[in-house]
Amino acid sequence: MSALVVSNLRKSFGGLNVTKDVNLTVAPGERRLIIGPNGAGKTTLFNLITGEITPDAGAVALNGQDITRVPTRYRPHLGMARTYQIITLFGRNTIVHNVMLALLGLSPLRWNPLIDLKHQRHLTEQARAALDQVGLGHIADRPLSQTSYGERRRVEIAMALAQKPKVLLLDEPFAGLSIDERQDVHKLLMTIPRDVTMVMIEHNMDVALEFAERITLLHFGAVIVEGTRSEVVADPRTREVYLGH
Amino acid sequence: MTLRNLAIVIALLALVALPYWMPGIYYINVGSQILFYAIFALGLNVLVGYAGLVSLGHAGLFGISAYATGYMLQLGFGHPMAIVTALIIGIISTAIFAVLSLRSSGIGFIMITLALGQILWGLAYRWISLTGGDNGINVPARPVLFGYSLGNAVTFYYTTLVVFLLVLLVMAVFVRSPFGAALMGTRDQPRRMNALGYHVLAIRFWACLFSGLLTSVSAILFVYYTQFISPQTLSLTSSAEVLLMVISGGPGTLLGPIMGAGLVVVVKTVVSGFIERWNFLLGAIFVAIVILMPEGIVPGSARLWRLATRKRKGGTTS
Repeated sequence: MSALVVSNLRKSFGGLNVTKDVNLTVAPGERRLIIGPNGAGKTTLFNLITGEITPDAGAVALNGQDITRVPTRYRPHLGMARTYQIITLFGRNTIVHNVMLALLGLSPLRWNPLIDLKHQRHLTEQARAALDQVGLGHIADRPLSQTSYGERRRVEIAMALAQKPKVLLLDEPFAGLSIDERQDVHKLLMTIPRDVTMVMIEHNMDVALEFAERITLLHFGAVIVEGTRSEVVADPRTREVYLGH
Repeated sequence: MTLRNLAIVIALLALVALPYWMPGIYYINVGSQILFYAIFALGLNVLVGYAGLVSLGHAGLFGISAYATGYMLQLGFGHPMAIVTALIIGIISTAIFAVLSLRSSGIGFIMITLALGQILWGLAYRWISLTGGDNGINVPARPVLFGYSLGNAVTFYYTTLVVFLLVLLVMAVFVRSPFGAALMGTRDQPRRMNALGYHVLAIRFWACLFSGLLTSVSAILFVYYTQFISPQTLSLTSSAEVLLMVISGGPGTLLGPIMGAGLVVVVKTVVSGFIERWNFLLGAIFVAIVILMPEGIVPGSARLWRLATRKRKGGTTS
């Protein structure tokens, strides 16, 4: 059974077809890279997969379950987590509170108005563990407003990992990072165990290619090439569309 | 004991001893007014400060509960029955309000709540058989509690103070709770919260009900205080006034709305006795707040205090 299956997914905004019959099958534990030039519809594809945009046609299945009509807010409960290309965090709170919110989203405690969140030891410990995993454990109590861009990227990843997803969608996790930070995030992604299936959108070919086992090339909303790393890199259409020579 | 806790203890003692150090009945009544308006402002603050939803129709909800109390008493029901009915009607009205207005947020939410508030105001004026129109409804007497008549200004003050402290305690628990954290999350990043597994709309709905409950509580205290309710209470001016209490004091803080209520009530009742153009003064104070501390009196003073102490510390080290 595949971890994530996208079949004949279609979406248009007015006359603009941003997703044209996209098919995608990701095996459990696979590391999939989605590449494509600007405006190829990569982030839209993610938004369609998470349900933040409703597709015009087609289906999305998570671990064999059809989730096309499942509201976005239920999908994390079914094991889907994502990070955002444009960092979307809670700037007024501390780093650990950000991760706590991710954990709380999956906990029935989120409806409780009578207990003190800070005293929920199991949540705090899980949040700190997730931050240790991304190497931010030592600054967990720092306000998010006092963190660097690279640290925020890691908080994004920690929030996704804290939810213990089966399928993790990473939208340009290297965007805006320095070369050193890129290497750090890359190392971090390599440590994520194989029971997590990962799909990553990325522009930075140097680090991203190393990560991927299979690559899908999107162009004008359609899948142009799909295959193993070497197949896609060697394909003349990849060079033409993406590498530009 | 930290400076903060010391300040809280002193404020608490001052409130408890207020009838002994205030120069007269009039000022004790001002104290009661500040306290029940503070409950109203705390209720609105749940939406404005913690949910990021600005309501301009809260005077309508306030009015419904006040009218319900007055009407029940007029029908001859006892005080407990009137109070319980007013709370239930207040919460049901809030639920209807919420279902209609939560379809939007931001400016849309403001406009829908404004419209709903104006509808209720219009009803209060025109549905004369129920509300008495311009004449309003008189509440003949305040209740007697454990043998103490609330007709006495001091007893009424202490009753209001107990309710106020209870509300403050509930708020303090609420903002530290997981639900409080979830609500503030929907204020800052609604889309992200949805993707993290939260039901944003349901969270906002429950926050509305909580806000409506506090509004009803304050309305019941209000109607027993004035022993009279008229359409004026539901006017847009009243909605704006309580919103100004929240915004001037500091939305999203526990003490802000209380300070805001204190400021508005003192200027309206006490200062207006000395200055005829008190509206002008209130306006000038708000302008000053917006310029000097746009985040509100409480967070603004805290910021200025930190700035001042840091400067002093910096001065001694250099």
